[in-house]
Amino acid sequence: MARVVVDVMLKPEILDPQGQAVQRALPRLGFEGISDVRQGKRFELEVDGPVDAAALARIHDLAESFLANTVIEDFTVKVEEPAEVAEAAK
Amino acid sequence: MSRTPLDTVEHAAATPDVELPWAELGLKKDEYERVVEILGRRPTGAELAMYSVMWSEHCSYKSSKVHLRQFGEKAPESDAMLVGIGENAGVVDVGQGYAVTFKVESHNHPSYVEPYQGAATGVGGIVRDIIAMGARPVAVVDPLRFGAADHPDTKRVLPGVVAGIGGYGNCLGLPNIGGEVVFDSCYQGNPLVNAGAIGVMRHEDIHLAKASGAGNKVVLYGARTGGDGIGGASILASETFDDAKPSKRPAVQVGDPFQEKLLIECTLEAFEEKLVVGIQDLGAAGLSCATSELASNGSGGMRVTLDDVPLRDSTLSPEEILMSESQERMCAVVEPEKVDRFLEICEKWDVIATVIGEVTDGDRLEIYWHGGKIVDVDPRTVAHEGPVYERPYARPEWQDALQADDANKLPRPASSEELRDQVLKLVGSPNQASKKWITSQYDHFVQGNTVLAQPEDSGMIRIDEETGLGVAIATDGNGRYAKLDPYHGAQLALAEAYRNVATTGAKPLAVSDCLNFGSPEDPAVMWQFAEAVRGLADACQQLGTPVTGGNVSLYNQTGEAAIHPTPVVAVLGVIDDVARRTPVAFQEEGQLIYLLGDTREEFGGSAWSQVVHDHLGGLPPAVDLERERLLAEILISASRDGMIDSAHDLSDGGLVQAVVESALLGGKGARLVVPDGLDAFTFLFSESAGRAIVAVPRSEEVRFNDMCGARGLPATRIGVVDGAAVEVQGEFTLTLEELRTVHEETIPALLA
Repeated sequence: MARVVVDVMLKPEILDPQGQAVQRALPRLGFEGISDVRQGKRFELEVDGPVDAAALARIHDLAESFLANTVIEDFTVKVEEPAEVAEAAK
Repeated sequence: MSRTPLDTVEHAAATPDVELPWAELGLKKDEYERVVEILGRRPTGAELAMYSVMWSEHCSYKSSKVHLRQFGEKAPESDAMLVGIGENAGVVDVGQGYAVTFKVESHNHPSYVEPYQGAATGVGGIVRDIIAMGARPVAVVDPLRFGAADHPDTKRVLPGVVAGIGGYGNCLGLPNIGGEVVFDSCYQGNPLVNAGAIGVMRHEDIHLAKASGAGNKVVLYGARTGGDGIGGASILASETFDDAKPSKRPAVQVGDPFQEKLLIECTLEAFEEKLVVGIQDLGAAGLSCATSELASNGSGGMRVTLDDVPLRDSTLSPEEILMSESQERMCAVVEPEKVDRFLEICEKWDVIATVIGEVTDGDRLEIYWHGGKIVDVDPRTVAHEGPVYERPYARPEWQDALQADDANKLPRPASSEELRDQVLKLVGSPNQASKKWITSQYDHFVQGNTVLAQPEDSGMIRIDEETGLGVAIATDGNGRYAKLDPYHGAQLALAEAYRNVATTGAKPLAVSDCLNFGSPEDPAVMWQFAEAVRGLADACQQLGTPVTGGNVSLYNQTGEAAIHPTPVVAVLGVIDDVARRTPVAFQEEGQLIYLLGDTREEFGGSAWSQVVHDHLGGLPPAVDLERERLLAEILISASRDGMIDSAHDLSDGGLVQAVVESALLGGKGARLVVPDGLDAFTFLFSESAGRAIVAVPRSEEVRFNDMCGARGLPATRIGVVDGAAVEVQGEFTLTLEELRTVHEETIPALLA
């Protein structure tokens, strides 16, 4: 079993009110020096069977049609290294 | 990455032969030539950006202007009108020193592309129009139209739109008190997302969009400017001037309702301290619109330094900054000695505010960027003297055939059983079914002043807690009627909204409209538009309710197929004491049900013809505006004098639909008798206009009858509130349970 991670972010030009709210809160909490914050979503998909080209294409499809709203969001698909998966499972 | 050289006014004058992408920006050749003629040279990139966006159909009303004039020319004398067409929103006197501003606008296309944000920013835009008049927004309404209810794309668009309206409005703390949801396959690919808002102020607080007084400062406040909604400008910025730009800018704007809430409070506080000379919200065309309109409505010119505009994205070009439609921004003109206090208030509300320019004693709008002058125009030529088209229009050839295809000749139910089945089918059809699943996603009662909300005939808000003064608003439109006869279809939309306001006990005062049509370049569509405007203007004149403002949305079409002509009309009314309102729901068993008005065999465009026969043809119901006025007067008097306990207007679906709604809402049934001279089918399904049903307590029957008789309004006793079923004597009985099931299950089954 392998893990595929889909990261979804608002496109750079799109207003991100949540990110802005976080950024505005930082100095109030004493964290200086952060000029911009953008907030996204991370999906971790546990894939049955091998993560081959066909599986990735399927995941790309589902990310494009369901996980991300491609009118306003970009996404990336990446396979997480088995070592990381093992680490995370501890 | 530097852009060399900056396209300044001098540069433009020195390089007359540079080709500009005017066609890509939507300008026609003759329009571009006119810009060159006005300026006496080629425009700079920034000037071209401004002209192209301000001369667009959306901002300049270039196709509709020649017709819209009738709203002014035929405006009835009205003591109530304080501010008319042309400002951000019209203002109406509602008595006791209060003024109310209201307006309906469209956000159709953005809501199709990105339903949630499109609909949300539609609410944001209309609310800013209200605050720009100096009023506190108190309620919103949303007339919506989608493709067929069972079409897969409707399931994509509708839930997003509803969530967007709910999300934005609920965050702002504004009750959503009215509107409509209509399904018709003609709106597939062109959903109509109209948004209306109401605001309240004292007479002395009315503010106008103008920049007067040389030396006064221009303050931009609210959100930072980003690359929102500038699909068009990106062509200018990226393809022609700078091929290295990263990506085309998206046309989608994302709203931030919490920022808007701050903007409301901050603006109203500045008004209260009398810090503002003129004000304008930034909507379509952003800064281009705000600066050119403020300057051209004022006495002087204006100088703006674009470098001072706070940006979210430092790579924006000046053209993009001018065209950006980033949400939640406003522009105020403030006297120099009051600027500090204004900025203080903004800071208190955590709103970014920046002086970006000042009013000059000249008559030019000058905009600077990196030290160079990139815009030098007469602001009137940008804002008000755009092209005006007398587009050709012609009654379409198919109109006669459509009208000849008489719905009155459709097969009617042959037995009581069939009649009963058709009632159930109607009551459960997507257009007639309960919209609770949709409207329950909106907050109706926040602020604690909502008196009536959906599914009442009109929304009603209390505006004075001491006296009970309130205002009511109803929005209506029937694209099917308008398709059959645009002139009378538009009048029927007005008549229905007018009647809905009166049904709740409020006196109709003024009108706002959102005119949704196909492409004005199609003479058939243009004819529909011209007829609808003529019809609406004539009817407003006769009913004494002036049009105070509104919006036109054209090009609602996919390929050759235009939507039904859909004039959506909002009527605002006033009620002296909201405790006197009349609800839709039956209140008490034993009360007598009266049908007011005349019922004729009128089935053209009816819900019955659609639901049972999937038919559209014939003529819409006849319009009798004097009758509408009389009916309204009777309904208002009866409500004021306590002669009726419930009332419901009759419109699509006819009498049976109205009775079922009153019965289900009240949890009380009705026994009906078909009156002499009518057959059961016509009695139940006809959509004759100028009618309502009322429930009269027995103790008031004589008084009520006397009043109707004396005024000459036909009033027919058709039954009594009773039991747990709707029974039509000699025909059928339907239990409330059965009716409720079909009425309430349809929409969740399709969309949830």
